[in-house]
Amino acid sequence: MPESILLKWTRDGGVHDLTAYCRAGGYAAARRVATGELPPESVIDLLVQSGLRGKGGAGFPTGQKWKFIPRSAPIKYVVVNADEGEPGTFKDRTLLEGCPHLLIEGIIIAAVTVGARKAYVYLRREFHRARRLLEQAVAQARAAGFVGERIFGGEHTVEIVVHTGAGAYIAGEESALLESLEGRRALPRLRPPFPAQAGLYQQPTLVNNVETLCHVPAILTLGPERYRELGPPALFSISGHVTRPGVYELPLGTPLRAMIFEHAGGLRPGRRVQAVFPGGSSSMLLTADQLDVPMDYDSLRAVGSMLGSAAVIVIDDSADIVEVIARVVEFYRDESCGKCTPCREGTVWITQVFDRLLGGRGRPADLDLLEGIARGMTGTCFCPLGESVPPSLVASLRHFRHAYERHIARAGAGVAAPPAAGAAHGH
Amino acid sequence: MSVPPAAAARADRRPLSEAARQEIRQLAARYEHRQSALLPALFVAQAEYGWLPPEALEGVAQTLDLPLAEVVSVASFYHLFYLAPVGRHVVQVCTNVSCMLAGCGAVVARLRERLGVGPGSTTPDGRFTWRTAECLAACDEAPVVLVDEDRWPRVQPEAVDDLLARYP
Repeated sequence: MPESILLKWTRDGGVHDLTAYCRAGGYAAARRVATGELPPESVIDLLVQSGLRGKGGAGFPTGQKWKFIPRSAPIKYVVVNADEGEPGTFKDRTLLEGCPHLLIEGIIIAAVTVGARKAYVYLRREFHRARRLLEQAVAQARAAGFVGERIFGGEHTVEIVVHTGAGAYIAGEESALLESLEGRRALPRLRPPFPAQAGLYQQPTLVNNVETLCHVPAILTLGPERYRELGPPALFSISGHVTRPGVYELPLGTPLRAMIFEHAGGLRPGRRVQAVFPGGSSSMLLTADQLDVPMDYDSLRAVGSMLGSAAVIVIDDSADIVEVIARVVEFYRDESCGKCTPCREGTVWITQVFDRLLGGRGRPADLDLLEGIARGMTGTCFCPLGESVPPSLVASLRHFRHAYERHIARAGAGVAAPPAAGAAHGH
Repeated sequence: MSVPPAAAARADRRPLSEAARQEIRQLAARYEHRQSALLPALFVAQAEYGWLPPEALEGVAQTLDLPLAEVVSVASFYHLFYLAPVGRHVVQVCTNVSCMLAGCGAVVARLRERLGVGPGSTTPDGRFTWRTAECLAACDEAPVVLVDEDRWPRVQPEAVDDLLARYP
């Protein structure tokens, strides 16, 4: 296992106490930034040199994003996207539960650098343990003078407010998150303007994911060259049909095969890989002959998929891909905010076709129908949620057509398919 | 969600308490705009009534000086606001992909059998409301069940009885 800069804080139950975190070098980077030893321009330069890209899914260069926040604006905000909910992703929760001070240090550095006096953490409501630990850590940091007025004895004020959502996957999309934080339905906003110009309360707002901010203290401490030598490191959530599911800190570009077989313990005896989501349920499904792909932004894009939130979901040959895709579409149907027609109607329509297929009433024409609906949703949805559906649906139709045809053949023979494992679903 | 008679009978007509209003006003002070406190305020009201009856929604609207329609619109958007009574304990079983691959279907079947009602329903004694949930971001612990604020990892169907027994 390579040297760890993030997960070292979460091992053996994690580091929750401020004293222990400081003793291990924590808050040293924040202190340098807050006291002016490391000026904002230098922080941004270091981030740019590090090559850090946003870990929430979009992969936008972080230094660039920080640079976009206008210097001169009088009121600015930092908003932390801690609404992790992409199926297969659990790295942010692992960090929050393992070492909330790491996030707080990242927030302080971000706020001072962009000149924000207030930061909001938009935390998933279901993260009850993370909320308790984070609130406790913020209180510790405030008592130590690291959060609040004149932090670290310098001239900066940074307030941190922990805010919880109320159960809506779409609130993880950054503009919908801002709507939700303003107390409204989490509907995505039309862009531009981007949050860097007009975000929370129409003020310039830096929105960063939990993991992204957790990389920042290490980049400042190690320096960008050393950080890049480490991979650069990234957190991968590996789940599904592997014997050791978990969060792994590995260099970007680690081959998918090594992740599954060396790190996550491989599959159960006698099982073979059937398919893999390399970057969460919205990334295009890969097949067993694509396992040598390096897990980085460009390599995955080159094979038509994406790194996304780096959530690897492994599906072995015991699963019915049709059921898996049906479940994924159901998720997006239930979580669609309803704002735009292709997503609202398309997800429902696709679900109806899957209900037919899995219910033993599928028709040969249904496969073309699915293709057609997917095509109609591609590039037409208001936000990434609806756009998440077509890639895997289309990939499954291309690579696992026989699985669909099996269901249709059963319909022709008058035999109903057995109920799907995840079929007992509803709110 | 269906409204069990026992739970519905518990709903009373009292207005939102002064203590809850005070808490909501304090929450609003954390934000530049008071509407930002709407989600947290709805949780305060929900904690007081167990769900969000009309009195709770009206109380939140009055305290934050927001239109009732806006409060109702927001409350109805999010999964974790209950616009109908729920049981003493809310059980959420994750059925998303990783939990599905780990066999959550058997856990769902077991819950249905033990509780005697389908997902989205409340047991006749008002003890449990159970439902399926979307990814709880704990796929390393699949299949995952959330009971109230407790997350239970790697729940096997045969462990469901013991789990339920912990929540009288």
